[in-house]
Amino acid sequence: MVDRQELKCEHVWREISNYVEGDVDAGLRAAMDEHFKTCQKCKSVLEGTRNVIELYSDERMIEVPAGFGRRLERRLEQGARARGSGWSTWSAWLVPVAALALIAGGVRIASSSTIPHPLQSEHAQPGRDIPPDMLVIVTAGAKDFHAPGCGVIHNKDTERTLTAKEAIQQGYVPCVRCLRKYLETAELGHTSLEIEANTSRDADEEDVRARK
Amino acid sequence: MAEPNLVLNNPGSDTTREQDLIARVQHGQTELFYELVRPYERRVYAAALAILRNESDAEDVAQEAMLKALANIRQFRAEARFSTWLIQITVNEALMRRRRERTVVMEGIDDRRDEEGEYTPRDFADWREIPSEALERKEVRQRLADALATLDRKYRDVFVLRDMEQLNIQETSEALGISVASVKTRLLRARLMLRDLLAGGWERGWFSRLPFEKGSKPW
Repeated sequence: MVDRQELKCEHVWREISNYVEGDVDAGLRAAMDEHFKTCQKCKSVLEGTRNVIELYSDERMIEVPAGFGRRLERRLEQGARARGSGWSTWSAWLVPVAALALIAGGVRIASSSTIPHPLQSEHAQPGRDIPPDMLVIVTAGAKDFHAPGCGVIHNKDTERTLTAKEAIQQGYVPCVRCLRKYLETAELGHTSLEIEANTSRDADEEDVRARK
Repeated sequence: MAEPNLVLNNPGSDTTREQDLIARVQHGQTELFYELVRPYERRVYAAALAILRNESDAEDVAQEAMLKALANIRQFRAEARFSTWLIQITVNEALMRRRRERTVVMEGIDDRRDEEGEYTPRDFADWREIPSEALERKEVRQRLADALATLDRKYRDVFVLRDMEQLNIQETSEALGISVASVKTRLLRARLMLRDLLAGGWERGWFSRLPFEKGSKPW
């Protein structure tokens, strides 16, 4: 609980963005409301911050180049046509995605829960080939599920076992390492076989396959 | 294509229709995809532009992102907002392009730069009523765009996704691969810096000839 009398301007500025978001607790909100009544400076910062948000959120801030929509429509038509006849370009972009994942892995290794969803779900799409009743492992704070014995399970003391189907339903995505083979057969096709050929598999992974 | 303007002005106004379009495209009617994404094409372009800062790259990436969305439309899950999904794909695509064009070393240095220091507002000038009418004028929009362009990219990225693209904090954190706490810190700083950049100028009369209307605040 914040003492209203003690609230300093510096504290208000630190929280002003959260305040605008509605992301401060009731006590702090009340203290800040009180502060804004008497502090003209902070009131001014608050109003200005709101103005900034209001102005930039206006759709008129976004201008697209002339002909943008027409060119987009044409490219989508081409894409749809190409796709209808065995579209193959999207397996080509998975290579840069995989490369990015490797690069990004260095930065994000400590925070596996912050990997962007679309990136992950696109290349680690809950594979149709993962047996739904396969037992997999999830842990607190991570969004991946793993085959038993996977070498990259963090937070092992919070391990929980459930079926792949349940894990997917709960929003977990397959670990790209231990469940790679399912994902590749499901999504990548022949392009990725080269990647896999260069990668040694975990013995545990083989166990899973044998059990299957 | 009924009432395209209505859809354009308020993308959320017709979610049933959007869900219907999504389902059709998912079942193979890919020719309807453009109709589905058209309400968001500006936001998709803006997200790409904010990250890449180059119009032709942004257009190319926007197109690539839409193609990816089409290719992966079956993976879209109904509990997510379609617009958010589309923007996240775009952000990934734009970040990938940006990383490809800059060295990994530079990226590392950028990520390590300190952001712990507190930001103190410098300018305490009052803004008058929010002059949203001013946005009709190109030079006003240019002023705002210029101010945004002066921000470090890590602040700009967060601000653009949260405040211009309307992703929530969690979505912004996921799109950029940074923690929620970092999003909040950077957002605070971005907003305060922009306020400082604009508040004084606003008060000093950049837009003084504009007919501001009283009582138009939406909050």
